[in-house]
Amino acid sequence: MSDQSSADAPSLTIPIPRGPVPKAPARKVRPPVEVTVDGTSVTVPDGSTLLDACRQRGVDTPTLCYLETLEPVNVCRVCVVELEGSRTLVPACSRKAEPGMSIRTDSERVRLSRRMVLEFLASSTDVSTAPELQDYMERYGADSERYGDDGRPAASQAQPPKIDNDLYIRDYSKCILCYKCVEACGVDAQNTFAIAVAGRGFDAKIATEFDVPLPDSACVYCGNCIGVCPTGALMFKSEHDLRESGEWDESKQQTTDTICPYCGVGCTLTLHTQDNQIVKTSSPMDQEVTSGNLCIKGRFGWQFVGASKGSKAFADGESTED
Amino acid sequence: MDLHFTSDTPSETERQAVDALLGPAESRWAGGTRSDKSQGQTSESGHRTSGQRHLLLPVLHAIHGRIGWISPGALNYACERLKVPPAEAYGVADFYDMFSLARHSPVVARVCDDIACQAKGANELCSALERSLGPAGSSSDDGPATWVRSPCLGLCERSPAVLVTGSGERPWNRVLAPSDEPDVSACLSSGRPGLTDTCPVESSVPQAGEPSLELLRRIGSSGAESLDAYRNSGGLDALELALQEGADWVLRQVEASKLVGRGGAAFPTGIKWRAVASASGPKYLVCNADESEPGTFKDRVLMEGDPYAVVESMAIASFASGCERAYVYVRGEYPRATERLQAAIDDFDAAGLLELCCPIEIRRGAGAYICGEETALFNSIEGFRGEPRNKPPYPTQAGLFGKPTLVNNVETLANVPPILLRGGDAFAAVGTERSSGPKLFCLSGHLARPGVYEAEFGVSVRDLIDLAGGVSGTGRLQAVLVGGAAGSFLAPDELDAPFTFEGMRAIGATVGSAVVMPFDDSVDLGRILLRIADFFRDESCGQCVPCRVGTVRQQELLERLHSGHPIGSVDQERLLLKDISQVMSDASICGLGHTAASAVDSALARFPIFSRSTQ
Repeated sequence: MSDQSSADAPSLTIPIPRGPVPKAPARKVRPPVEVTVDGTSVTVPDGSTLLDACRQRGVDTPTLCYLETLEPVNVCRVCVVELEGSRTLVPACSRKAEPGMSIRTDSERVRLSRRMVLEFLASSTDVSTAPELQDYMERYGADSERYGDDGRPAASQAQPPKIDNDLYIRDYSKCILCYKCVEACGVDAQNTFAIAVAGRGFDAKIATEFDVPLPDSACVYCGNCIGVCPTGALMFKSEHDLRESGEWDESKQQTTDTICPYCGVGCTLTLHTQDNQIVKTSSPMDQEVTSGNLCIKGRFGWQFVGASKGSKAFADGESTED
Repeated sequence: MDLHFTSDTPSETERQAVDALLGPAESRWAGGTRSDKSQGQTSESGHRTSGQRHLLLPVLHAIHGRIGWISPGALNYACERLKVPPAEAYGVADFYDMFSLARHSPVVARVCDDIACQAKGANELCSALERSLGPAGSSSDDGPATWVRSPCLGLCERSPAVLVTGSGERPWNRVLAPSDEPDVSACLSSGRPGLTDTCPVESSVPQAGEPSLELLRRIGSSGAESLDAYRNSGGLDALELALQEGADWVLRQVEASKLVGRGGAAFPTGIKWRAVASASGPKYLVCNADESEPGTFKDRVLMEGDPYAVVESMAIASFASGCERAYVYVRGEYPRATERLQAAIDDFDAAGLLELCCPIEIRRGAGAYICGEETALFNSIEGFRGEPRNKPPYPTQAGLFGKPTLVNNVETLANVPPILLRGGDAFAAVGTERSSGPKLFCLSGHLARPGVYEAEFGVSVRDLIDLAGGVSGTGRLQAVLVGGAAGSFLAPDELDAPFTFEGMRAIGATVGSAVVMPFDDSVDLGRILLRIADFFRDESCGQCVPCRVGTVRQQELLERLHSGHPIGSVDQERLLLKDISQVMSDASICGLGHTAASAVDSALARFPIFSRSTQ
């Protein structure tokens, strides 16, 4: 380009390509990969993980830090499997299946590691609002009591929930440091980067810069971090308040899928209601428009529903709609 | 990227500290004033700004060196300049021990209380400092100086060791080793010293001057003083030969030498070099000088005592593998090594020698053992938290900045000039069949003449102890720690095992970073084990559950045993410890977790430690 402009006056005519119009190169079709899961052969598409192979084989593999919509970080290590030829166990969620791999998903080594990971988590954090983790603990016979008082959340991670805004609370005594919220706040969904992992080792934690309250941080209150949190450490303020007052009762709750009324994107909204009141909202992870993500309006902008005309909530709702 | 900042603004001093490194801000968007040239429009965008994140750690060093802590205003300005989200930059700064995120004394004495120093009176030194200066880290916010306890400073042969760091217009460091309370107090009150370290390097090498030495031959000689002197002592011959014979010839020599990595993992160096050389596209060389394994100081001695050789080796490696840029990541606790290496790089550059290979840049760590793990080191250089990545992919496939990367330990690289000058086959003939070449050993603890020793592979642990003048202290040997805190304890009757990769493996130990640390029978081994457990607890990056929680549970359990208050019986605790050890070694992401229990396991298997706590 620059040669042309320096030598001659630039030509304005677009040269007509000679010969046939070039075609896009044929897409490389890679052959599927065959791996062995617990002695049975499984064929998965190229690029699949060992977790995909386990699921295809129907092996229920526990996961905590893994989510289909996020880049695997393989930090919780509860999905580890025994890979033939590997000195250590490998995380199923991120390890790509390679031809000829053979894994065991329920060996003594695998069960021990999974049990210990669950014991470690339950011995250092409050898992009372993490039903999935509790189920796993039962499955693997995890006993978090054997670490003594030192291991209780009270001694290590206990802290009051951070309530610095009206929309959601952060109870880090329940945090297992799965990195999901950081990913959802960052490059995997929202690109807001309001929170990150700070500190190191057992003192590592999720924090804003200098631990400033959320209203001073970059947070845009999309609530996508709540959507991915596996332990209830991040929770709607409405849910938190109902739990505090003892009124939260999931057996009395219904979910209703609808379309968010705010803009034209058309996000699927799941309304969780109890006693005919909306207590929280979510969006299905497998919904192709949202992949489980929402914005502040879809996530939190429903206080006006059911509010009487003239009330503050109704007025707030109206102003949000503008 | 749309960034959000708190209202904290930088002081003029903080702004100047950052600008001194990055140059003045070009536009208001980057934290500057509205300039006529850009008329307030964005003057930088896209890759040019997002591509600056790797400067985060140097910028944090610049701020900390200037004001002694990372203030919210300074962090905001750094983030504005580099286009890094403040929460992420905070997480990075908070990762490193040597950075303070609260207002802090400008002068800090870091007193090593790790295993080697503990055997030589570190606890007594700390008690004395407590009496004279008050409890560790307790200096009031605006106090002029304070002291803190530190993990191993890599000065084990000169224990007990202290590193004093001072911030200000000209940040300074002072190594005090061996040290005592009056030394430390005097340094804290007198401020900026003349020299970083007044102790000559050769005092750490008792063999200095012996003609049989290969890797240590220039230590203490004039050959390490200037580039000319280096050339006159036979330096640069290997680089010339490499340029003359070509990259492939170099690769073949390294392959034939059967050299394996000296950082601890013992991976064949030739395979790595070949893999990177045959990869296409941009690629990098990284020299891993983040030597932080307790009891290890050989790389420090090489960098301080023969810095030109380290630079020449890096030049050869980058030439042979075709790397376009080389980094050497030196741990933050090594100020003199950093100074000397920088001087050597500058001399190479001034002589035009780097044009023959590629630019070499020093990156300073800031106090994190985990950054010695190669993938954590990449993250640290890139401006992220020093958390290890999952492997595969391996560094030779996707390493620094996601590109093929050749990463070698300092000592590994230092073997390259001798390999080229003697020929790969001749090198392979030295040592044993499976452990070739000369080797540096780090001898400290209860020894008459601690220091770095060079010997051919094949020597036994006993030979090495004899070389260092035998066991000192009470003179009665209780145990020897080999390989470092991630290594193993040996009993006195196991010392005839050859200190080779195969010899150590045969007795369930590892060469590791070639630490040999004998303890006399006056030492409370239980307390040493506790210190090792403390070390791993403090140094775990916190990323994966087995290591983050396992290192804590291990430490708590040993504490219970040591104090005689087991939960249930001692046997019950031993079973629990076995489970903790297994999940850490089986399911952790990186080598830190995999080996965090090995020294403890090996000691408990050999010695009746904690048995007296049985009620």
